[in-house]
Amino acid sequence: MATQSITININGEGRTAEIEDRLLLVHFIRDNNGLTGTHIGCDTTHCGACTVLLDGTAVKSCTVFAVQANGREVTTIEGMEGDALHPLQEGFMEEHGLQCGFCTPGMIMSSKHLLDKNPEPTEEEIRWGISGNLCRCTGYQNIVKAVQYASNKLQESTREGGE
Amino acid sequence: MIPGSFDYHAPSSLDEAIKLLDDLGDDAKILAGGHSLIPMMKLRLVEPVHLVDINGLSDLNYIKEDGGFLCIGAMTRESTLETSELIASKYPILKDTSQVIADPLVRNLATVGGNLAHGDPANDHPATMVALDAEIVVHGPVGMLTGGKRTIFVDDFFVGPLTTALEENEILTEIKVPTPEGKFGAAYQKLERKVGDYAIAGVAAAIQFDGDTCSKAGIGLTNVGPTPVRASEAQDALVGTTVSQEDADKAGELAAAASQPVGDHRGSEEYKRAMVRILTSRAIMQAKERAEGGN
Repeated sequence: MATQSITININGEGRTAEIEDRLLLVHFIRDNNGLTGTHIGCDTTHCGACTVLLDGTAVKSCTVFAVQANGREVTTIEGMEGDALHPLQEGFMEEHGLQCGFCTPGMIMSSKHLLDKNPEPTEEEIRWGISGNLCRCTGYQNIVKAVQYASNKLQESTREGGE
Repeated sequence: MIPGSFDYHAPSSLDEAIKLLDDLGDDAKILAGGHSLIPMMKLRLVEPVHLVDINGLSDLNYIKEDGGFLCIGAMTRESTLETSELIASKYPILKDTSQVIADPLVRNLATVGGNLAHGDPANDHPATMVALDAEIVVHGPVGMLTGGKRTIFVDDFFVGPLTTALEENEILTEIKVPTPEGKFGAAYQKLERKVGDYAIAGVAAAIQFDGDTCSKAGIGLTNVGPTPVRASEAQDALVGTTVSQEDADKAGELAAAASQPVGDHRGSEEYKRAMVRILTSRAIMQAKERAEGGN
């Protein structure tokens, strides 16, 4: 059984473990480190529930081996909250962007990457941006509104910060 | 789902990667973006004993024009191709293609080289590369008859379903697309049930004009045969015409006849042929519009 020692920085904290080469990143996050906010939905690279940021890029953590993330930075939903909720988290609350909540961590991580690249996306750009994440409850309408809410709030704080 | 056990190797240079492949033989698979390979490993459709991760070969990640070709490094991510200004302005068919592959999260890791080297006729780049007469550059051990590097014309690269001309100790390193000259346009049309699905059918068309007359045409078909299909008769029928709607429709009929679809959950054979006919006509007219300066 091939194993090796890896260290992944998850949400600012180095996490070292001896793992099997075949361990998937999502299992490293959930099982080895107890960060169960990252969900496993389809387990077949379709649904996006397991989305995390790998060095700032949104990826499906069920389709990356943990060993591939050795020495790199991972951000999960647990890393989004600072002193207060992240504007995306707030947006999903304010705009009722979730019902069962299963897809929400993945939706938020995909949206984070989208807003980092494109702070003021159009509705169409948001819909394309989250097209790798499936939601079976909301019909997406309020998820789009939640991302727009976050975009507006982040833009406001950027403007205030710049004055 | 848990993949079978394997030994992980992360070479830091192309030479090192080729040496590993040469030493390990057919027990090894190359891990690039991993978005075809890892799902197949989880389903235990493939169980490689060794994985050679080439994500550390950062010098295979580039998009540049050189010597009359657009050169795309094999490890270029689909998302990079999709957002490249050079691609959008000069090679819009490659943007058409990359932006309909899987979904945005997959495209953040999936690579152009992997899309071709996987040899899946349902993948989108193969048909586009057929239409564009691309060349595939591969590297293997020095000392072979080829001297370590060979260039394969795209038609010779795809041998059968999930089978390419790559030897087990070779790595696809670059894709070369001829830089368009004069009046040229190309487009890719894909019909899919939803974002992330494989094509019901897809058609890539490239048209070279001499004045108002088509002097050369390339047409490649996605997911309607054991490999990407070159619709040669449809290409020939366009040459010498002004590429009117009627000419495009006629080429569509010939492309539909050249396609070899199999009925499945995405549609019957008859339906898929009908879609090839329509998509061919649309791709040709869009290519013509682009040749004339439109989008």
